[in-house]
Amino acid sequence: MKILPPVSIEARRLLPSKWDLLAAILVLGFLVAFADASRFLVHPLSSITGKGLVLNPWDLPGYALRTSLRMLIALGVSLGFTFTYATWAAKNPRAGTLLVPLLDILQSIPILSFLSLTIVWFLSLSPGRIFGAELACVFVIFTGQAWNMAFSFFQSLRTVPPELEEAGRMFGLNAWARFWRIEAPFATPPLIWNMMMSMSGGWFFVTASEAISVGKTNIALPGIGSWIAVAIAQQNLPAIFEAIAAMLVVILIYDQLLFRPLVAWADRFRVSSEPSEEAPQSWALTVYRRSRLLDLMTAPFEQMMRWSYYWHPPSFGLKAAVREVNSRLSDIIWYTVLALLGTFAAWRVGIFFVEANFSWSDAATAIGYGFITLARVMVLIAIASLIWTPIGVYVGLRPKLTAIIQPVAQFLAAFPNNLLFPLVVSLIVFWNANPDIWLSPLIVLGTQWYILFNVIAGASTMPQELRDAAENFGVRGWLWWKRVALPAVFPFYVTGAITASGGAWNASVLAEVASWGKNTLHAHGLGAYISDAMTAGDFHHVLLGTIVMSFFVLVVNRILWRPLYWFAERKFRLT
Amino acid sequence: MSNLLTVEHVRRTFPRGGGEELLVLDDVNLTLKEGEIVGLLGRSGSGKSTLLRLIAGLSLPQGGSLSYMGTPIVGPTQGVAMVFQSFALFPWLTVLENVQLGLEALSLPAREMRERALAAIDLIGLDGYESAYPRELSGGMRQRVGFARAVVVHPNILLMDEPFSALDVLTAENLRTDLVELWGNGKLPLKGIILVTHNIEEAVLMCDRVLLFSSNPGRVASEIKIDLPQPRDRTSPAFEDYVDKIYVEMTARRVERLRQQQAQGAASIAMPLAHVSPNQISGLVEALAAAPYDGKADLPDIAYEQELEVDELFPVAEAMQLMRLADVEGGDIKLTHMGKRFADGELNERKEIFSRALIGNVPLAAHIRKVLDERASHSAPKTRFLDELEDHMAEDAAEETLKTVVSWARFAELFSYDDDAALFSLENPT
Repeated sequence: MKILPPVSIEARRLLPSKWDLLAAILVLGFLVAFADASRFLVHPLSSITGKGLVLNPWDLPGYALRTSLRMLIALGVSLGFTFTYATWAAKNPRAGTLLVPLLDILQSIPILSFLSLTIVWFLSLSPGRIFGAELACVFVIFTGQAWNMAFSFFQSLRTVPPELEEAGRMFGLNAWARFWRIEAPFATPPLIWNMMMSMSGGWFFVTASEAISVGKTNIALPGIGSWIAVAIAQQNLPAIFEAIAAMLVVILIYDQLLFRPLVAWADRFRVSSEPSEEAPQSWALTVYRRSRLLDLMTAPFEQMMRWSYYWHPPSFGLKAAVREVNSRLSDIIWYTVLALLGTFAAWRVGIFFVEANFSWSDAATAIGYGFITLARVMVLIAIASLIWTPIGVYVGLRPKLTAIIQPVAQFLAAFPNNLLFPLVVSLIVFWNANPDIWLSPLIVLGTQWYILFNVIAGASTMPQELRDAAENFGVRGWLWWKRVALPAVFPFYVTGAITASGGAWNASVLAEVASWGKNTLHAHGLGAYISDAMTAGDFHHVLLGTIVMSFFVLVVNRILWRPLYWFAERKFRLT
Repeated sequence: MSNLLTVEHVRRTFPRGGGEELLVLDDVNLTLKEGEIVGLLGRSGSGKSTLLRLIAGLSLPQGGSLSYMGTPIVGPTQGVAMVFQSFALFPWLTVLENVQLGLEALSLPAREMRERALAAIDLIGLDGYESAYPRELSGGMRQRVGFARAVVVHPNILLMDEPFSALDVLTAENLRTDLVELWGNGKLPLKGIILVTHNIEEAVLMCDRVLLFSSNPGRVASEIKIDLPQPRDRTSPAFEDYVDKIYVEMTARRVERLRQQQAQGAASIAMPLAHVSPNQISGLVEALAAAPYDGKADLPDIAYEQELEVDELFPVAEAMQLMRLADVEGGDIKLTHMGKRFADGELNERKEIFSRALIGNVPLAAHIRKVLDERASHSAPKTRFLDELEDHMAEDAAEETLKTVVSWARFAELFSYDDDAALFSLENPT
């Protein structure tokens, strides 16, 4: 199954368009508004600190449950967002010109910045209660999941075979029915794969955002993330291992009860007459399918959906000419609204920067740190690629090995590797090693697996006859890697590397500053810059760091990953 | 004359789940002499492509021996080149680079490599396409690249694995005649060719000798020498005689066994059923019943006129024999009384006849129906029957057999099957 990369690959142009700029200004305005609001809100919360949390193993299942519930809710919200936002972007070209760049800007923003910039606002929704903090946590997971899913859905919607769409129209299905009967099913298999990717990122952020301090606000929501935070503070290694074990179990349950059934179920939506060689299996799905109870429970819902398909909006017999005028009118309204919004956002951003009174040296510092983190991300992605590409090819060409390794790689990608940070950090502290170097591997600890399993997927889809041809003509050694193996996995590798690089930028916020007990290790970099500003409650610098990081991510995507993706698609895709 | 290739008592199995082994090739013998084109003809599943991979050294046999010009084949051999059914071109290499690939592996100097590649491209008629990528070429041109790539390494033996079967009829014929012509003129730097095919006419057109393979397991059932001068004329009576002879050989054995089993009442649920849809059966029955056949036809004729490949025609004919809708004998197929009634009937009558044919002549269908009738719930999981079948046959054969029975039973409305729940039942969805 093809996994779509979590960045915009639609437009092939290199330079930003005016839409990209507008999208950037709007997003910036939104963030500024939150940051501004944060300054004037009182810091209402002190009751939810981690002091009450005792590391009692018997409480761990309860914490794990709460963590996974947050995850499930966020997944539902992300799905809702995907269905509406991506559909709107795909169906309405006018909206799409803005919505796609907007999504691209949003995906470039480090997830934890969302948290630090919005948490005070969320807390103000229900002062003194835990509810606001829960909302903030769910919101962070949402921002970690939604963009990737929306991109996948958007790209699928754009490639719905026209004959399916036409068949739907001829049978008089209304837009709503077409969406649920044709478009959503068509887009489902890639969406589910990207959802799994999103979940992988999600575990990372749910555990990271449960325990967080922004300025004077300390939050510790009951969950595995807070458990880890307390365990780090107490330098309690056994507790960390318990949390890791609990997390493994949770991910395993999610995989077995949610994703495996989903993947097996989605297999029916693949539009191709060829049956898949190995139809995905799931015992849970078989149970669900045979269960009468589930049938009974879903029946009313299905009936409701069926009724909704019959409903036709009254047509007022609008002539094409009237519609034309209408569309021109809505054009005017649309662009006016955008212009106003853009101006307003630009004005707010301007005010914010004037007030913040940044000096050029501030910006230079952030950009300088940006280059350090850029170097760190690139070097580590390169190292991970050098290690995992050959291994991935080796594994992918051996079906038996693939059957064992592939699920493990996916599992490792899903595992919130920040739970492993304390282990590494304790070693660095112990050996007194240089944090600038030795904290670096943490940023690809979790994301390197994307490279591995994409390469495995690529190598395992290589047709037997091509491999036979290479062998028959005696192509071996370096010639084989150069002419056969590397080109064959290249498109898959690029998708993996894009995902890994995005994840690495995000992880840098957590990985460049890490603590173990009272020891806090600092690496130089933009991630540490943002993280420090966050701890200090300095929204101006959080925002500055965020802007710089987004800028770096966007530029790297534009000038490296997107051209590489299209180059790979054009030249190396086996079809 | 010395043998280019000798294959003796070769045996090849593939591991199956549960420690079982699937025997694909059993006691296969073959020789290739200089100047010969030998055809391997058989239905899918007869292991002929497996044999080709063994000859190419791409896999190794479990028993027997293969030798190329006197030396045993233990891996990919320089001097044996292969042309693939799906062309197997590297999409990221241009035509020239694809052709050069085999030469690069020989570490030739760049200039010689280029000269030889250009010469091969010229010979095969690809001039002007050197810098094109495979995706820019039509199927016929792609397969020409496949030939050029194989020929450029100057192999002694050229192996061809159904090289024309992915092409349309016109392109395939054009490529065949070009190849036979080049071969006849001695312009190809080759000493012998082995051609795997399931197209009988193609074999008769191109080969000096044809080995007929029987399936499950693959064996060489017989050898036919084609004593016709090149170029051959498809319409000459001698050509048609060879085609007829091969048809008879290929059907006789299997149908004879089936008939014997039916006569002795020894037909069992363990009989593997190839996937044939009720539509294909109805179609062939209708074609047979209509003019010019009026109930009886020569297999090669009807294959040609209905544009059916051997691989498509034989399973349908056998299914009809099994259900006693037709008799297959000596290269002819003849509708039975039941078959004629089926042809004349309306849809409901057809379903009725089909249903009775299933109960009476297909033991597995009768068995499933009986189990469903006896159970209180009138339903049974798929595994119930799959396990039973796997006692007698390989896993995928069991899957295919069950799939076939399901499609027949659905048409006959004998029982129904819910694929989501993997459940057989007597319920018809309302």
